[in-house]
Amino acid sequence: MGAQTWLQIGDELPRFFGYYNLVFFAKALGTTFALSAVGCIVGFTLGFVLAAVRLTTRPAARPLRIAATVFTELFRRIPFLVTLMLVFFVFQALHADLAMFTVALISVCLIATAFIAEIVRSGLESVHRNQWDAALTLNFSYLQTLRMVIVPQAWKVILPPVFGFFVLFIKDTALASQIGVIELAFAGKTMNNKGFSATLVYGTVLALYFMLSYPLARFGNYLERRLAPTRNR
Amino acid sequence: MQFDYTPVLERLPYLIGGAWLSLQIAFLAFAFGMLIGLAGASVRAYGPRWARRIVGVYVVFFTNTPQLVQIFFIFFALPDAGILLSPFQAVLIGMTLNAGAYLTEIQRAGFESVRQPELEAAETLGFSRLQTIRYVIVPHIVRVLFPPLSNQYILMTLGTSMAAVFGVEELTGRAYNINAETFRSIEVFSVAAVLYIVITLAATVSLAFVGKRFFRARMRWF
Amino acid sequence: MPQLEIVDLKANYGAHTVLERINLSVDKGEIVSLIGPSGSGKSTLLRVLMGLLPPISGQVRIDGQALDYNDREQLRRIRSQMAIVFQQYNLFQNMTVLDNVTVTPIKVKGRPRKQVEDYAIQLLEKVGMGAKLGAYPDQLSGGQQQRVAIARALALQPGIVLLDEVTAALDPELVNEVLDTVRLLAADGMTMFIVSHEMGFVREVSSKVVFMDGGHVVEAGHPRQIFDQPREARTREFVGKILRH
Repeated sequence: MGAQTWLQIGDELPRFFGYYNLVFFAKALGTTFALSAVGCIVGFTLGFVLAAVRLTTRPAARPLRIAATVFTELFRRIPFLVTLMLVFFVFQALHADLAMFTVALISVCLIATAFIAEIVRSGLESVHRNQWDAALTLNFSYLQTLRMVIVPQAWKVILPPVFGFFVLFIKDTALASQIGVIELAFAGKTMNNKGFSATLVYGTVLALYFMLSYPLARFGNYLERRLAPTRNR
Repeated sequence: MQFDYTPVLERLPYLIGGAWLSLQIAFLAFAFGMLIGLAGASVRAYGPRWARRIVGVYVVFFTNTPQLVQIFFIFFALPDAGILLSPFQAVLIGMTLNAGAYLTEIQRAGFESVRQPELEAAETLGFSRLQTIRYVIVPHIVRVLFPPLSNQYILMTLGTSMAAVFGVEELTGRAYNINAETFRSIEVFSVAAVLYIVITLAATVSLAFVGKRFFRARMRWF
Repeated sequence: MPQLEIVDLKANYGAHTVLERINLSVDKGEIVSLIGPSGSGKSTLLRVLMGLLPPISGQVRIDGQALDYNDREQLRRIRSQMAIVFQQYNLFQNMTVLDNVTVTPIKVKGRPRKQVEDYAIQLLEKVGMGAKLGAYPDQLSGGQQQRVAIARALALQPGIVLLDEVTAALDPELVNEVLDTVRLLAADGMTMFIVSHEMGFVREVSSKVVFMDGGHVVEAGHPRQIFDQPREARTREFVGKILRH
C-alpha cells in the first residue's frame, strides 16, 4: 500500500470510527449474528424432525421419508446466492411484502435445516443397531426409542459438528448483503460507497468477522474435544 | 403465478456454458489451493516454529473470514496498492487463497494420521526411507485425504456462485443476466439450481466411485 | 396343547432363503435347544419369532393362537409374551442396571414405579447383580451385562424366553456364571428356546435338542438321542466334529 493510502487512512480514521459509524457496524454485526444464530436454532429443530422422519421404518411414512430426503439433498447442493434469489422472487410473486432481512432469514433457515438434518441423521445412525433391536423387542415405540435410548447416546456426537456448522454459517451470511440486508458485508459496501478507503473499510470488516468467528471456532474445538474425542485409528 | 420456462430453456446452452465455467474456476482454485495446501501442511508438520506460526496465521485468518469479503478486499482494496485485477482474477485469487487455507488444514490432518505401527513394520521389514514413503506413507495419506478433499471440492463448486457478485459470467452470473433480460426470475434461478444440483451430484457420485475403486477410501455420502 | 408351535415357517434375507419349512413345537416348561453350524438359521429363527424379520410363509402359534407378524398390535402382544436375550447383551448404554430392567415396564407399559422396581431388584438379586444397581453397562464385565440382560427379559414376565447364543461373546471364565443363571431359570420351569454352542450345557439342561443345518431342521429329539445315537448322517457328522475333544 502506497504512502498516500496510509496517509488517507490516517485522515479518515477519526471520521470512520465516529459514533454513528460504530453503532452502524455494531448493528450490522448483530444482524450477521442473528441471521446465523436464528438460522441454526431453527435448522436444529427442523433438522432434527427431518432426521427422525428419515430414520423411521414404517411403510406408511414412506412419502414423508422421501420428501425429507429430497429436501435434505436439494438444499445442500444449491449455492446460498441462488437459494436467496429463489426465496426472494417466490415471495415477490406471492405479492408478500417481506423485509429483506426476513427473506434472508428464510433462506438461511432452509439451508441450515438441510445441513443440520444430515449431521443429526449421521449422528443418530452412529448409535449401534443393537440398541434399536433391543428396544424393539421390548416394545418401545419409535419415538420412545429415539427419546430414551438413541438421542441420549447420540447427542455428544451431534452437538460439536452442529456448532461447527454454526461457526461456518456466520461467513455464509455475508451473501445476504446482495439483497440489501444490512449485515456486516453490506455495511462495508456502504462505508466504501460513502468514500472511505476500501483498505480501511474491508480491512475492518474482515477484522470484525474474525473477532466474531474465531472465539466461537475455538469454543467449537473445545466442545469437540470434550464431547466426542475421535479415537486414533 | 404463471410460469414460462421457454425463454430460459432457449438459453439453456448459455447457462450450461456458465456451469462449465463454474467447474473450471473451482478446478483451478482447487488445483492451486492444493499446492498452497501441500506447502502449508508440510510446513505445519515439519517446519521451523516461526514458519509454522506464519502458516498458522494465514490459515486462521482465511478460515474465519468470509470468502466474499476476502474477494471484496482483493478487488477493491488492492488497487490502493497499485494491484489492479480483473473481476475474474480477483475471484480466482480469492478462492485460491481461501481454498489454500482449508486445504492446508485437511492435508495437515492427513500427514498427522500416519500411524507409528505401520512405519515400524516397514522399518523392521527392511524398507528404505524412500520405499517407506512410496509404499506406506503416500498410499495411506491419499486414501485418508480423498474423502475430505472431495467434499471440499464440491463445496468450492458451490462457492463459485459468488463470482456473480463481481460480474463474472459463471452459472449464477449468467442466471442474473437472463433474469435482467427476460424477467423470468423464478424460472431462471430454478433452472440454475437444478444445474448446480446436477453438477454436484455428478461430482459426488463420480468422486465416490473413484475413491472406492482406485483408492479404497472410505467415501461418505456428501 | 403346546405353548409354542412353529408350522412350515419360511423366511428370506432378500433373495436368499434362510429358513425352509421349519416345524417345531414346544410345550410349557420345555427347554428346547437349537444347535448347528454357523449360518444354519438358528439365530434367524429366534429373530423371526420376535418379529425382527418377517416370515414369508408358515405360521407361528402361541397357546393355539396364530400370530400375525404384519399386524403392529399383534407384534406388541408377541413381544410381551416372548422375551429375547441377545448375544451382544444389547443393554441400553445410557441407563443404569436398574433402569435397564425397569424402563420397559414403567415407561413402555405404564406400570407403577414402586412395584416394578421391587420386582426388578428381586430379579437382579436372583441373577446375582443385586449389588450393582446403579452401575452403567460400560462398567460391567460381559458376564455381568449378560445377566442384567436376562433380568431385563424376565422383568416383563414373559411366557417364553429366547436365548440367542448368550455366552458366545464372553471370555471363557465368564461363561459359567451366565450358564448358572440359565440353569436357575430352567429350575423355575421357564419355557426356553436356546441357541447355543455350549454342548455340555445343552445336553444337561434341554428337554429337546434340535439340529439345524442350511435353514432346515435335520433332526429333533431327546439330548441322548441327538448326541449319542443320532439318526441322520449330517447330525452324526456335526456331533462327531464337536464332541471329538
